[in-house]
Amino acid sequence: MNNIHLEITGVNMDFPTPNGPFRALEDVNLKVLKGEFVSIIGHSGCGKSTVLNIVAGLYQATAGGVILNGKEVIGPGPERAMVFQNHSLLPWLTAYENVELAVKTIFKGKKSKAEMKDWIEHNMKLVHMDHALHKRPDEISGGMKQRVGIARALAMEPEVLLLDEPFGALDALTRAHLQDSVMEIQADLGNTMMMVTHDVDEAVLLSDRIVMMTNGPAACVGETLHVDMPKPRDRIAVSEGKEYNNCRHEVLRFLYERHGKKVEVLETKEEGQKNDVVNFKQSKQINNKVA
Amino acid sequence: MSIQNIEQRIFNSEDFKNFFTELVTPIIGVLIFLILWSFLAPKVVTSLGAIPGPKQVYSQFLALVDEHKNERHKETAFYKRQEIRNSKKLAKNPEAIIKTRKYAGNPTFFDQILTSIITVMAGFLLAAIIAIPIGIVAGLSKTVYAALNPLVQIFKPVSPLAWLPIVTMIVSATYVTSDDAWFDKSFLNSAITVLLCCLWPTIISTAVGVTNVTKDLQNVSHVLRLSWWTHVRKIVLPSAIPMIFTGLRLSLGIAWMVLIAAEMLSQNPGLGKFVWDEFQNGSSNSLGRIMVAVVVIGIIGFLLDQIMLFFQRKVSWDKTVSLR
Repeated sequence: MNNIHLEITGVNMDFPTPNGPFRALEDVNLKVLKGEFVSIIGHSGCGKSTVLNIVAGLYQATAGGVILNGKEVIGPGPERAMVFQNHSLLPWLTAYENVELAVKTIFKGKKSKAEMKDWIEHNMKLVHMDHALHKRPDEISGGMKQRVGIARALAMEPEVLLLDEPFGALDALTRAHLQDSVMEIQADLGNTMMMVTHDVDEAVLLSDRIVMMTNGPAACVGETLHVDMPKPRDRIAVSEGKEYNNCRHEVLRFLYERHGKKVEVLETKEEGQKNDVVNFKQSKQINNKVA
Repeated sequence: MSIQNIEQRIFNSEDFKNFFTELVTPIIGVLIFLILWSFLAPKVVTSLGAIPGPKQVYSQFLALVDEHKNERHKETAFYKRQEIRNSKKLAKNPEAIIKTRKYAGNPTFFDQILTSIITVMAGFLLAAIIAIPIGIVAGLSKTVYAALNPLVQIFKPVSPLAWLPIVTMIVSATYVTSDDAWFDKSFLNSAITVLLCCLWPTIISTAVGVTNVTKDLQNVSHVLRLSWWTHVRKIVLPSAIPMIFTGLRLSLGIAWMVLIAAEMLSQNPGLGKFVWDEFQNGSSNSLGRIMVAVVVIGIIGFLLDQIMLFFQRKVSWDKTVSLR
């Protein structure tokens, strides 16, 4: 099934500011195959999330566009379900009710009540949350909330699952658990997935392909890297392998050697001075490590 | 474990401290106030005699209860007499036209309390029914908000009492009452005045609550393509509930104060009229009776707020927030 599922073509994104429009993205192009797991990685503020929001339809690109299954994306919709960084569960509903809201909205008239109930429970089981169906978001941990967020997105039966730094706010152990869950789910369902992350290991472990973005303003796709490791992947076995470390170095090299130094030149410009200094320091450290 | 140990545990426990701060301290506060009152009041001599202390006020309260009971006795006696008279008439001539008259006695203190409570609730509920939808629409649409904002901002600081003459004129011009009408004109005047003062705070806080719906939840709604109505019901309303209740509680507090003043000013039946009548009456008991009314007004205001708090707790999804 190596056909193109999702295509981003010539996307520009300008944000209006008091000093005229700010160009966040310029000429972003990306093709995603059906069932592929693509990660977008880049320094913070480079516009990774903007790309995902354009695919989701939450932002309208200034130029260019997104085509899903041969149809142009206009506005948000459940076939491009999104897992948000901070779970975005409705705090007044239980975990079950949160998923139910999505299921009831999307399968209205298509599924019977009993079928909906089964479907909700099935998805909660998929993310290992079937033990806490009737807990409210403030009664469960951050990781559990994010699991429910994923269950809600999966329950929409999306063609593409969009994950916007889904594990960014979680501690390392919880994050590892959730990454395993996502790998499991993708193996089961074979969804096309697009994830924004700033975690190199996460990107290498989960992805078929890593899209590395240049620094903003006017960011674009700098390089793409195929991660040629068989699935399913075991995090410990994989981390000892050659391919894993190659990929990891490749991404780090892009992020810190090339685009760390490039920023250094831009340092005199007004945008994000502090970040750039940090990047430079980090890049030095990493260079030493690599050497 | 010895008894002493147990005692120590009881007196050192958090429970005991809580009991002390929550019950004993307030009682001490009230007692100090009563002592100061009974000590200072007799020193102020007015044209109606000395200001009554707590004892005299309490005896006036008992007198008011007695008056109420007497009035009720008279009322039942009146209806009994009427019934007997009518049945006698019918016994003489089965085709006689009988008249049933309403008892026309003076409303007692407790009748006035009831009138005031019914009026404030009617005006308040009507205001909530009007203001919450307007607030929601204003919060959702920047255009509507921009259109409404100047009106709300200008009318909000106007004392509802300033509306009273206008309301009275409009009601007497448009509302034609007959003897068996649903509402009295005076009731409508007071209720509409209450409504006008509840409207603005409720609109504003509802709109603020609605605009504060987080971007994340709005995105969820967009991705799910929720219809406008579902969006309002499932996302906007629950998000805004805490702010809506803040506005409602604020409104009800103001409404109760305004109603008493409006009743005094326009001589509409209610607690305000009771206070004003006693003031005009100028008997030696008047000051005591007014003070009874003041205390009762305070207690009812407090209870109204507690009722709102109870409902807020019931509806609020965030049980962790402490509500005061």
